[in-house]
Amino acid sequence: MKKVSVQCRNIRLSYGSTEVLKDVNLDIQPGEFFALLGPSGSGKSTLLRLIAGFNRASSGQLLVDGADISGQAPWQRNIGMVFQSYALWPHMTVWDNVAFGLVERKVDRATLKARVGAALELVGLQDYGARRPNQLSGGQQQRVALARTIVIEPKVLLLDEPLSNLDKTLRVQMRQELLALQRRLGITTLFVTHDQEEAMTTADRMAVLDQGVVQQVGAPAALYDEPVNTFVAQFVGTMNLLPGRVRERRGDGLTLAVEGVGDLALPLRADAPPGETLMLSFRPHSLRMGTPGAEQVSSCIALAGTVEAREFLGEVTRYRVRVGTHSLAVDHPHRAGGAAFPVGDVVSLALEPSQARLLPR
Amino acid sequence: MRPGVWLAGAAVLAFLLLFLVLPVGRVFITAFLDADGGFTLGHIGTFFDQGLMRESFFNSLYVAVMSALWAALIAVPLAYFTVRFDFRGALLIQTLGVLPLIMPPFVGAVALQLIFGRSGSINLLLGEHLGFTLPIMEGLNGVVFVAAIHYFPFILMNLTVALRNIDGAMEEAALNLGCKGWRLFWRVIFPLAAPGFVAGASLVFVKVFDDLGTPLVMGQTNLLAPQAYLRITQVGLEDPLGYVISVIMIVFSIAAMALSARALKGRDYATLQKGGASIQRRRLTPAAAVAAYAWIGLVLLLVLSPHVGVLLLSFAQVWSYSPLPDALTLAHYATVFQDSTGMIQNTLLYCGLAAGLDVVLGVTIAYLMLRTTLPARQWLDWIATASLAVPGIVLAIGYLRLYKGMVIPGTELLFTGTWVMIMLAYAVRRLPYALRSCVAALQQVHVSLEEAAESVGATQLRTIRRVVVPLMAGGILAGFVTSFITAAVELSATILLTSAESQAPMSYGIYLYMQSVAGRGPGAALGVLAIVVVAVGTYISHRVVERTGQRFAAQAPVGVTVGGKA
Repeated sequence: MKKVSVQCRNIRLSYGSTEVLKDVNLDIQPGEFFALLGPSGSGKSTLLRLIAGFNRASSGQLLVDGADISGQAPWQRNIGMVFQSYALWPHMTVWDNVAFGLVERKVDRATLKARVGAALELVGLQDYGARRPNQLSGGQQQRVALARTIVIEPKVLLLDEPLSNLDKTLRVQMRQELLALQRRLGITTLFVTHDQEEAMTTADRMAVLDQGVVQQVGAPAALYDEPVNTFVAQFVGTMNLLPGRVRERRGDGLTLAVEGVGDLALPLRADAPPGETLMLSFRPHSLRMGTPGAEQVSSCIALAGTVEAREFLGEVTRYRVRVGTHSLAVDHPHRAGGAAFPVGDVVSLALEPSQARLLPR
Repeated sequence: MRPGVWLAGAAVLAFLLLFLVLPVGRVFITAFLDADGGFTLGHIGTFFDQGLMRESFFNSLYVAVMSALWAALIAVPLAYFTVRFDFRGALLIQTLGVLPLIMPPFVGAVALQLIFGRSGSINLLLGEHLGFTLPIMEGLNGVVFVAAIHYFPFILMNLTVALRNIDGAMEEAALNLGCKGWRLFWRVIFPLAAPGFVAGASLVFVKVFDDLGTPLVMGQTNLLAPQAYLRITQVGLEDPLGYVISVIMIVFSIAAMALSARALKGRDYATLQKGGASIQRRRLTPAAAVAAYAWIGLVLLLVLSPHVGVLLLSFAQVWSYSPLPDALTLAHYATVFQDSTGMIQNTLLYCGLAAGLDVVLGVTIAYLMLRTTLPARQWLDWIATASLAVPGIVLAIGYLRLYKGMVIPGTELLFTGTWVMIMLAYAVRRLPYALRSCVAALQQVHVSLEEAAESVGATQLRTIRRVVVPLMAGGILAGFVTSFITAAVELSATILLTSAESQAPMSYGIYLYMQSVAGRGPGAALGVLAIVVVAVGTYISHRVVERTGQRFAAQAPVGVTVGGKA
């Protein structure tokens, strides 16, 4: 089957006076597994429903395979959608649910039987055709919903928080299955989620949305390592942010005055003029924690603080360390028998400059 | 368990036994008892041997089925319009849904006779200008016509709720897979709402099958309920055929309800999840809007015609063989206020007491059922609800038979001759309504609210008084009003149990007036008053329910499911 691209061009959408999507531009490649990530109310589901045809843009274009489909009704689009609640019809058996779209397409009986059977087999439910949806577990319902959608061989597959109703273990298993299935079928897939782990583990690329605006688009690692603003930085993973005023700029770096901490000389480039506030950002695991007085690597940015709290997470222990007026998250790798820093301890923190970024406030 | 719980359970059970189970049981026994007190099926045989009885039986079936069918034809499009489309007519339809219910059907029958009857307004005009007439009000079809426009709201309301509860994603999934228009309606929407439809339609069937007032007023006596009435009043309380008819009516009521329960079982398609959206509303296309408004307009005309007819009749000096009354007068109202203030007072007294009794019983049963471990507590609910299947006339026959000759201690008064009998019949017949209201209200009160009261030192009884009842207040009041207004227009039990004119409530008064042509004016005036009482009551209960709903919605914290299932 031909893989198609999906493009959003300057899409705007308002409910009354509230603008839900503000000038959305996206280019989704043929066959790509693309995640839309954002908090609730960010507009990600609205965008998905717009692609399915349940919403209408106030302006802008929606191109699928290069053709504008904005004017098409949902039933004309052949874009499959899996709903968050699965939306399996309780008055039909699993088989009838899956066959539904083929009946609408007036597929002949033999083909219908073959294709429904194949779809059920694909999701491992070939023996469940006679059951009713409410006799299935959550994971099985999810698979039926998936089978019902892919059986029509849609041009694009839309998944609206498909894993949010499953428990954690099942969620991990299903997302792997989902990815494997997508790879096998090669359908261009859009996946809405508010769970950054879900997005990062499955998507080829993802877009982070907030308040109807696409904040950043890119591969998961790129968004994680190089967020363009504090929203993306904090939404994708955990990020420490230290606000500071630019005191002076030198050729290869600048001095940042961080309130309650003091001046930090940073070998980082920034275009901001002196006086402007920037955010120094770094991940919890890029800080190295040690006892004060221990040897420091001179190229590192050094901070001193007091342990406020700690959470043992297994692979690491996450400490909250008070540095001046700020509280930082620090992940310290855990090893059996390794010493822990007790609450109240004064510690030193070292940050490699390459792991830190300056973000606009 | 505390002794109070046992005591409350015993009191409720005693009431249900004395005034529901035993009287109805007595009717059953009498139907199967021969002269010597042995078991016999002979009376049943006699029933089916008589041509008149067979005819009445099939007539009743015909009328009930056809009424449900016509009611469905009126209600289904209206329900669909309200839920599906974003247009002003939705409010109109809501109004349509209540208007017929605020008028006793037998009152409507008289008015409809004047408008659609052989010499009614419509046929006079048709005959004069177009040279033909429509036999709308003739024979059994007349009863069907009256019943369909009176009872369609049961389908409308049940179906509307069912449609509203459909998760919008159910429909979107179908659209997404290429289904639209009529196919979408028949393959997805209607099947999902079908339980609501079946519930409404079976209710219509039962109501029509058991109705006594309408056929009597329309002179159609070859139906089961009128036959039972005539047997008991004319042949006498000993005639077994009256009891056989009663048994048949109960059996069919139960069968219809069992059918509806079966249809609903395991098919709770109320699929709307918390935070989910109902099916999406659409704008009507201009052509569709015209069609929708035309249909609504037509139904509105039909539905309003009894009201308009009664109103006109109540002001008409003479209205006979003319499309409209010849002259208007206030004389009928004067007559009513002169002669019938006693009836109005009686209605207020009986219905007030009955509704009061109902909510006390309703709260007690609801509490026992949902909050205690009293053995067999579910039975209280089942017995109380079973009274839905007991036609008023059957209950009345049971009372007359069971309490025959019983004298109130210390007096010479016959128990069956007092108004208490009428009041009790109202209370038993309307108990299911009040009970459902109370159960729903108590389900909305989260157990933790009571546990909180008990943890700070309130006893069970104090907790009920200070926490449970105040939180249930809206539901209790709604139950009271529903019981009150439906009892106010109850005729079938009233006709049999009213033993003196001084005891007569309004519904009986209207019926008496309507027997004579001269009495139609005052009868209509009294009818208008009854409608006003019922309308005001309905409005109040609607507002109360709405307001309580809002209060609870505001209270429920995010993530806490209100209701017993959490």
